[in-house]
Amino acid sequence: MSRYRGNPDAIRALIRDTEVHKDTYIDQELFELEMEHLFANTWVFVGHASQVPNKGDYVTTTVGTEPVVMVRHSDNSVRVLYNRCPHKGVKVAGEVCGNTGKFFRCPYHAWTFKTDGSLLAIPLKKGYEDTGFESCEASQGMAPVPNVKVYRDFVFCRLNPGGPSFEDFFGESLSTLDNMVDRSPEGRLEVAGGVLRYMHNCNWKMLVDNQTDTCHPMVAHESSAGTAVRVWNEAPEGTPKPMAVELFAPFMSPYEFFENMGIRVWENGHGHTGVSDSIHAAYSEVPGYWAQMVAAYGEDRAKEILGDTRHNTVYFPNIMVKGPIQTLRLFKPIAADKTLVESWTFRLVGAPDLLLERTTMYNRLINAPTSVVGHDDLEMYERAQDGLHSRGRDWINIARLFSPTEHGQKNITTNGTNELQMRSQMRAWLQFMTESM
Amino acid sequence: MTITAQTLIDFVYAEARLLDEQHFDDWLALFTDDGYYWMPLSHDQQDARLQTSLMYEDTLLLRVRIERLAGQRTFSQQPKSRSHHLLQAPSIESSNADAGEHVVRTAFIYTETRLDRQTQYSGWTTHHLVEAEGALKIRLKRVDLVNCDAAFGNIQLFM
Repeated sequence: MSRYRGNPDAIRALIRDTEVHKDTYIDQELFELEMEHLFANTWVFVGHASQVPNKGDYVTTTVGTEPVVMVRHSDNSVRVLYNRCPHKGVKVAGEVCGNTGKFFRCPYHAWTFKTDGSLLAIPLKKGYEDTGFESCEASQGMAPVPNVKVYRDFVFCRLNPGGPSFEDFFGESLSTLDNMVDRSPEGRLEVAGGVLRYMHNCNWKMLVDNQTDTCHPMVAHESSAGTAVRVWNEAPEGTPKPMAVELFAPFMSPYEFFENMGIRVWENGHGHTGVSDSIHAAYSEVPGYWAQMVAAYGEDRAKEILGDTRHNTVYFPNIMVKGPIQTLRLFKPIAADKTLVESWTFRLVGAPDLLLERTTMYNRLINAPTSVVGHDDLEMYERAQDGLHSRGRDWINIARLFSPTEHGQKNITTNGTNELQMRSQMRAWLQFMTESM
Repeated sequence: MTITAQTLIDFVYAEARLLDEQHFDDWLALFTDDGYYWMPLSHDQQDARLQTSLMYEDTLLLRVRIERLAGQRTFSQQPKSRSHHLLQAPSIESSNADAGEHVVRTAFIYTETRLDRQTQYSGWTTHHLVEAEGALKIRLKRVDLVNCDAAFGNIQLFM
């Protein structure tokens, strides 16, 4: 029996001011509704234009659970197509990435499609004469995703034809992407270093919540970052601090540090930790980089760009971006209790290699399936995914520093341990879940 | 010291056994001070600096891992994981007695378990061994998984 399908009131009852019902994290029907509504009504990250530099270049991925292919079309624009042959349903593009030339060719019956999805040719076409084929769905080829936006090479799409514009949806939150791109002396990023893929047996929203959860690092990561600090303290005096220790140590900052660094909450579920300070603020200088930035932007602007050391920016629903260390994490929903986490890294085009070296080191130390920090987090997510099935309690608490006056306020900057960002995400969740019901 | 093919083969077997019996301090002592443990993320990966790896760890980071495994607040190891290496006979890829440098390749099936979950991995290890302080030491242990680019869950011990 459906509890939630066709019942927006039941869904509204799941979200209270300071509590969220456990079903939002464990119920498979709600997960399916998220895929149909939430992931279709919002602008979802697809990929980066640097992955498809030449005409015919493509990558296959998913938007929500929809298989799509992002491709550079013959007019040089980036297109997103549903990766589904209109004939029998075969996924047309099979590789993770590649170049398809001027057209896609389905490997089953050799139907071909231009890189905007339109039908190019069918073998034995005569067999479709007088069949009414031209009024069939299949005659239109592979379905294109209607709304695609490329913002400073980041590719997003919205599956539903109607809904907020890209600019209205993201608003001021785009400043984090701007800052990451501006950190390149040439104002350009390239996907580089390889993508880490880490399977999580938990709901995708646990990962999103964790990105701005500033009360967990000093507790859950005591085992990893805490041990790193302790082992380092045993090193003989005068030993130069290794890059790895510089990356680990700030995780052990005290509560006060996280309270003071602040959190900024925008509309539609977007927000970031680290307004005035962050765990990425005290990295060593990279030789030659400052001079490049000054040459490119002038001293004042360079200082402004590099002085903005935001910690984690959540772009709702399912990515997190770190400007100062050039990483992006993509939380790909698979089922109510299964999420594929992809961790991407970028090269600041024109900047010294040492920056990419630090970025890839950060990625493997923090985001790999072999990462000790990752082990700390995943253990908590999986215990929560199991624990939430308990009949002992029905609600998840997100009350920390709640204020009744926060409703309706836009672009709030507040105490860094405020759970306002989590509340804001769930309010956005409710809005985009129910607006097309 | 006289290094024979059998010495190298015995070393590889003994090293895996230290891991499976969780004698991690003794295991770490097998590495040279500038030694590395490397698990590439892609096939034929040559660059561990600008390409991401699953692991690329010096002895400091390996020490952090080992101490973490024993930590009171290491909740992902409560209860603990266990491992088992099933090794094919190692093959000597190169052996330079004058330089004291030897390269040994060993195919494996590795099992890691925790609670009711058991996961198996297949691949091959390449040991770059050197003679130092009158003993064989690991300068580089490279672990190539056949599916190194797959989406894994937690891998918490050492292959």
